[in-house]
Amino acid sequence: MVSVSDYSVSGCMDALRDRGQCALIPFITAGDPDLETTAKALQILDRNGADLIELGVPYSDPLADGPVIQAAATRALQKGTRLDPVLEMLKQVSPTLKSPIILFTYYNPILNRGIEPFFQQIAEAGAKGLVVPDLPLEEVEGVLAAAKSTGIEVTLLVAPTTPKERIETIAHRSQGFIYLVSVTGVTGIRTEIETRVQSLLTDLHSVTDKPIGVGFGISQPGQAKQVMEWGADAVIVGSAFVKRLADGSPEQGLQAIETFCRSLKAAISQ
Amino acid sequence: MLTTDSQANLQPADKAQVPDAQGRFGKFGGKYVPETLMPALSELETAFYQYRDDASFQQEFYGLLRDYVGRPSPLYFAERLTQHYARSDGSGAQIYLKREDLNHTGAHKINNALGQVLLAKRMGKQRIIAETGAGQHGVATATVCARFGLQCIIYMGVHDMERQALNVFRMRLMGAEVRPVASGTGTLKDATSEAIRDWVTNVETTHYILGSVAGPHPYPMIVRDFQAIIGQETRQQCQERWGGLPDILLACVGGGSNAMGLFHEFVKDANVRMIGIEAGGEGLQSEKHAATLTRGRVGVLHGAMSYLLQDEDGQVIEPHSISAGLDYPGVGPEHSYLKDSERAEYYSVTDQQALDAFQQFSQLEGIIPALETAHAIAYLDTLCPQLEGNPRIVINCSGRGDKDVQTVAKFLMPEQ
Repeated sequence: MVSVSDYSVSGCMDALRDRGQCALIPFITAGDPDLETTAKALQILDRNGADLIELGVPYSDPLADGPVIQAAATRALQKGTRLDPVLEMLKQVSPTLKSPIILFTYYNPILNRGIEPFFQQIAEAGAKGLVVPDLPLEEVEGVLAAAKSTGIEVTLLVAPTTPKERIETIAHRSQGFIYLVSVTGVTGIRTEIETRVQSLLTDLHSVTDKPIGVGFGISQPGQAKQVMEWGADAVIVGSAFVKRLADGSPEQGLQAIETFCRSLKAAISQ
Repeated sequence: MLTTDSQANLQPADKAQVPDAQGRFGKFGGKYVPETLMPALSELETAFYQYRDDASFQQEFYGLLRDYVGRPSPLYFAERLTQHYARSDGSGAQIYLKREDLNHTGAHKINNALGQVLLAKRMGKQRIIAETGAGQHGVATATVCARFGLQCIIYMGVHDMERQALNVFRMRLMGAEVRPVASGTGTLKDATSEAIRDWVTNVETTHYILGSVAGPHPYPMIVRDFQAIIGQETRQQCQERWGGLPDILLACVGGGSNAMGLFHEFVKDANVRMIGIEAGGEGLQSEKHAATLTRGRVGVLHGAMSYLLQDEDGQVIEPHSISAGLDYPGVGPEHSYLKDSERAEYYSVTDQQALDAFQQFSQLEGIIPALETAHAIAYLDTLCPQLEGNPRIVINCSGRGDKDVQTVAKFLMPEQ
């Protein structure tokens, strides 16, 4: 078994690309419904098609998130989910996973912990990457500097509204891969993927060799396949996992994400 | 006679003034927002710099401030309030009110809403969104949208909709859609988050009229500069009254727009003392307060670095104040800057002190103040005994209290 320590985010993405495969990156919110279930969910996703996993740290004011992930964060916080127990759980479970873990957190909890201690602690817990949705290029310098010594890769986001010259700079600074936000909007389940994602992928590929992951709004195997065919190196699916995991008992939720994860992987493995 | 178009000024007096090109007030401010919004913030900044220097924009803005808003607002000598705080020998603070409550829609909020709607119109945005706490900014935004025929959507916490029902009705009457926000405590913080989410989604067609000197750059600067008319008029009115400056400026601070509007003109006048009053809620020891500058730590909320009420994990704490307009866990970044540089002082008063001031002020001056404004007035109890001589105090009478009468009645006569 390959443990997480063998792979960086970029290492994992590059290896998949070398094999001509599109990566599947599921997202779940830590602590919803509880950390024990989160740990099990990470293992289930890891064994059923996930190539990397995004783990959301619940935050009180998730500006970039739609109703599903907002509600999951609120539930997790109401249950008393704190950063330290999340990292403790991750430390226990990450050695059993082959998928590199990417933490998804808003900036204030990082700032509050202290940027350097934060990176040190998440690296010790076994995280390999970080996505901070409210930290655009202009504000990211301190975080990139602190990330360096810990080996954590900080992935930056490109939006449909990002002008071309800015896309180039973001692509240049982004680590691991480039996170292309597929909608002008917040996270959530949508019935259709905007066709301009295709031209955005073309634009991005023309300015960078780095892998590109597409996320926000992808909730069905058919959509994942579509995005892969448009040239995505990774497909990120969040709300659709969070919603399934939260539906019914923890056991039912885990069962549902197992089936769903497999169907997504199958769709992008053809 | 003061005329709004002769002396008012949207341009910074000094190029060294904050914010800098990155939108920083010292370490505070910045743009901590999803990437999707970054181009819109740049577009807004460019438009603001372009139009604030544009003669036709200025003519329209100051013309409407005069004829539609009713500016200049008077500087009124509060005679009986002054007598109330006088020493036994008759000496004591001379208290003046900058009567923003007399503006159209009943508060200072219209100054900024008007400026921003004129910007939106020039940027070709047909859809306007805004957040509101007490409803004053929502009413001001609904008003200017009606005036210019623009679609208007107001996000308001469900708790605030209940305690500010009159303002909800006013907004709807003027054609705005009021969208209830139930997340969190259903107050201003949650309404602001929801407005930002709407903006992220509809950014290409929509202008977000943020109502306070908070949020990502360029909002703290834009809102301040549109509100700066308050201080600019005050300076001229003081000059006309006594040929000098005020000694003390006093204003309530939630996000901080009425205080910045009064203070900005006087920041460089080192002899003018500037005091901001936050909502102490049920007391600073109770954890049920909104005293961000007094009790917060530096953090990031709604796009800006500033003082913030947060727990040990960096989760934002739900604030409390009897006043919906002050019930906010953050504060405008320039206030954090003025606090740390010790240019301005910030204190708090409790719900009870504000309620007492609300009644006393109504009885002494025949003016029912907004509960927000009552916080600034309440601080006179603490301030006046500390003062020597006959200093001139200008209080920003930021809004009228009609909207709060039901809330206050519930507190005064809970059994009914």
